[in-house]
This record gives sequence, structure tokens and C-alpha cells, in this order.
Amino acid sequence: MLLTFIIEIFFLFGSIGFIWGLRLMSSPDTARKGNRYAGVGMILAVIAALIMPLEGNVSNNYAWIFAALVVGTAIGYYSAIKVAMTSMPQMVSIFNGLGGACAVVLGLADVLHYYDETKVVDTLGFFTVLLTLFIGGVAFTGSIFAYAKLEDLVDDKKVTLPKHSVINMIMLAGLIGLGAYILTQGEAIGMEAAIIFLVISLIYGVSFVAPIGGADMPVVISLLNSFSGLSGAAAGILFDSQFMVVGGILVGASGTILTVMMCNAMNRSIWNVLIGGFGGTSAVGATATGGTVKEISLNDASIQLYYSQSVIIVPGYGLAVAQAQKICKEIDDQLSANGVDVKYAIHPVAGRMPGHMNVLLAEADVPYPKLLDLDEANSALSSADVAIIVGANDVVNPAAENDPGSPIYGMPVLKVWNAKSVIVLKRSMRSGYAGIENPLFFHERTKMLFGDAKDVLSKLNSEIKSL
Amino acid sequence: MENFYGFFIDNLLVIYLLAFTVLLGFEIIAKVPTVLHTPLMSGSNAISGVVVIGAILLVRFTESTDYLTLSLGFIGIVLGMINVAGGFVVTDRMLEMFKKKKK
Repeated sequence: MLLTFIIEIFFLFGSIGFIWGLRLMSSPDTARKGNRYAGVGMILAVIAALIMPLEGNVSNNYAWIFAALVVGTAIGYYSAIKVAMTSMPQMVSIFNGLGGACAVVLGLADVLHYYDETKVVDTLGFFTVLLTLFIGGVAFTGSIFAYAKLEDLVDDKKVTLPKHSVINMIMLAGLIGLGAYILTQGEAIGMEAAIIFLVISLIYGVSFVAPIGGADMPVVISLLNSFSGLSGAAAGILFDSQFMVVGGILVGASGTILTVMMCNAMNRSIWNVLIGGFGGTSAVGATATGGTVKEISLNDASIQLYYSQSVIIVPGYGLAVAQAQKICKEIDDQLSANGVDVKYAIHPVAGRMPGHMNVLLAEADVPYPKLLDLDEANSALSSADVAIIVGANDVVNPAAENDPGSPIYGMPVLKVWNAKSVIVLKRSMRSGYAGIENPLFFHERTKMLFGDAKDVLSKLNSEIKSL
Repeated sequence: MENFYGFFIDNLLVIYLLAFTVLLGFEIIAKVPTVLHTPLMSGSNAISGVVVIGAILLVRFTESTDYLTLSLGFIGIVLGMINVAGGFVVTDRMLEMFKKKKK
């Protein structure tokens, strides 16, 4: 009795650790403590799960458990220490996938047990199993595929089939139909049907992520995050564990909120993102942009930056790819030393995951009061001398404001063209991830500086140094 | 339908738990500023590793000779634990960077 009491207290404190920890995450000062509280909550729960008294003939198999715990912890710890901050979106994707995969494994083990009759089950129980298999399966393969996309292992355009959204709908309808059939047939139908259900779920995960890419990536990652949490909650119902339900639901809620925030930032509905209006095939703006592109020399650019009052840096995914955050900060330091007011304008969907740019700049030691969000940035931009765009494209596209034919029309953007002059750092004249022309490059106030972001910024840095 | 009513009444507490946790989750997380979105994501990611608890229980319940289920459980624990350990550690690493420029 006492033991059971202690175990339940552990689970209770574990849940409180999660909730309190997430609450502390709402301020940069307390966030680290919050993460540790949540970690302690998890440790309590693992201990409780290990010593919890179980009914019936239990063989425990501690050797298996400890071996697995050690292996998992070692791999997790090692990869967390090794990973570069620029690869954070990939890392989060992989972890989302693992959570989903773990839920799939649990669901699968349950399916096996129903059919060798070591476990009796009612319709509702089986429904939960199917739910676990579906959500977990989608989170698993969807995240792995999202990882492959982020690593540029697959080409967005090549994996999108014609009428892709129709295919996805058919698959989803098929899953619902098959699930309903399994539930009504019960034991009569056999294990194969449940396995087929799982396989289709796994394929659906890939197919569902396939057409979504580029600027929509933050939405997908948030959504998959939410799925991995929900799959945990569903598995929690299977194991009758309130603790798992609470943890899973909290993650589900956080993922959902982030998804909604990202969608709002693009002024698009979640439906629109999932169906894939962006994807890029027909995405040519109504205005065929022509005009001339003006280049600027490194020397002119450095002088312009050095002798201005205020400079706003607009980072984008290109900054992450080039790993140019540290050199960016060096330029910031030099300009600040000369009395230039340097700020950073962060668009909510800049980069490939929510808050991506913030993490990179934090790594480079940029104090977070220097980072402006969309509204602050837009009011600051109208009085800024120079806006310098480092590897961003779609989030600074004026077509979103004034071209109703553009696929990103209506998306709130950083109005960099309001600054007195604009310098765009870009690898080439290729259009952005969304495949949309950017009239900003032809704007009268815009000058281009071509090359790899890190390379150009380093040269710029030494130019400024020699002034 | 009778089944459903019965289920609802029998599991009233769990349903309350679900409803309140969802609301609580929204309430806590809506306040998180943009700066912390990535750490929030990887931190909550680590929390979604709660599935590992299920995997541990699964292995404990399994007969010592049922190697198929044992292997499944083993894989489950490894996957879940990578998620948990990796998630918390990487979040800590990230938040350390946010912390040190407070001065």
C-alpha cells in the first residue's frame, strides 16, 4: 500500500513538474529552470514506472529495460551535445518522429496481444489502439520525411504528385473506412487488417508532408510536434496512465498553439497550408517583374553601413544555411562601437521552425532586446537608414502587400522598402523557396550584394574594420 | 449509444482530466514569447517522450520468453529515451545561450 502511495505521488509530482516547467518557459530568465523541472518530472516518472507494483504474474525483465534505458540515454545525450544550432529544425523533427515511433511500437505490441488472446479488449480499447497507430504512425514517417526535406535529401517538387491533395483525401477516407470496419468486425477480422491499417498510416505520414515545403515548414514541424504529443496521450489511455495522458496532451496543446501562431503569421488557414497552396508549381505572380538589378560594391556597402544612424538586419533561412550568425554579430559589434543603432527584424516564419532565427542569434550572443518582432520591426524600418537582408526572401516580398495575384498576397511581411536604402545579400537571383519572384530586388532603393552569406559578411566585416 | 453513455459516466474523471489539461496547456503556452518558441518546442518534445513509461510497463508485463514483444518493448524504450534525454539536454544547451547574455 505504502509503495503504491509513493508511486502515485511520484507520478503526481512528475505531472506538476511538467506543468510548472512549461510555465517557467514563458520567460528567458526562468526558462532553463523550467526545462529542468520538466526533466526531473520525467525522471520521477521513469523511477515510478520501474518500481510500480503490477498485478498478476509479472516477470519484470529488468535486464532488458536497463539495457534499453542506457542505450537510449547515451544516444540521446550524445546527439544533443553534438548537434549544431543551425540543425535544430532537423533535430526537432527526428525527435518528433521517435516519439511517434515509440507510440507505434506500443500500439503494435497491443495488437499482437489481442490476437494471441493474452489480452481481452472492447471496441473502445481497440479504437484507442488504432488511434495510437494512426497518430503515432503519421508523426513517425511524417517527421522523418520532414527531416529529409530539411536536409535537402529530397526535392520538394519531385515528391509532389499531380492531384496530391486528392490522393491524400482518398487515403484518409480509406483509413477511416478500414478503421471502422476493423472495429465492427472485432476479433473475426484478424491481425492482418490492423497491420494494413498501420502501413497505410505510415504511407499517409509521408504523403501528407510531401507537398508542403519551404516557408510552410514551421507549420508542419509544429503540427508534427503536436501529433507526437497526442500519440503519447493515446498510448497513455492504453496503459491507463494519467501521467502519460497529461504529458501527451500538454505537448499536443503546445504544438497546436504554435501551429496556429505560424498560420496567423502567414495569414493563411491551416487547411490552406495542408492542401498546399504554396508548393510552387503555379506560383508565378501576376506582375512579371522586369527592370534592372543594381549591385553595390563591398566598399560602398561598408561605408554606407558604418556611417548611418540606424541599421536593421533581416535574417532568413540563408543565414542558417551559411552559418553566418557569428560574423553577423561581429559586424553588429563594429557598427555599434561607431554609434550605429543596430537591430534585428525577425519575421515569425523566418527560417524553418518557430523561433529559428532567435536561437541562432542567441548562439551568436546577440542580446534578445535587440530582436524586434514583426510590428516593432515595421515601425522601426520606416525610420531606418539601411535595411540589410541576409538570406531572407519571401518574408520581405512587397508582392504580399500590393500584388493580389501573388500566392503570398495578404501575408504580413517586413516592409524593408520603407527604409532609406536596402541591401540584399543573396547567393544568386534565384527566387526564394516558395518559387515566387521578389520585386524587392528591382526596387529603386535596393542594391544587391551577391555571394554566400558568410563569405560576403566576412568580407564586409574586414572592409568595415579597415575604415 | 447506451455503451457510449455508460463509458462517459464511468470515465467521468478522465474526461475532466482531459478537458482541464487541454485548457491548461493552451493557457500556459499562449504566453510563451517568440524568442522562446524553439526551446519550447524541443522541451515539449522531450515531454512527449512520456511514451517511454508505457514501453517500460510493456516490458515488465511481458513473459520472459516472449522475445517478439520484448524486442518491441526494447526498441520502444530506446526510441523514447533518445527523445527524452536528447530533448531535455538540447533544450538546456539552447537556454544556456539565452541566459548568458542577460548581464
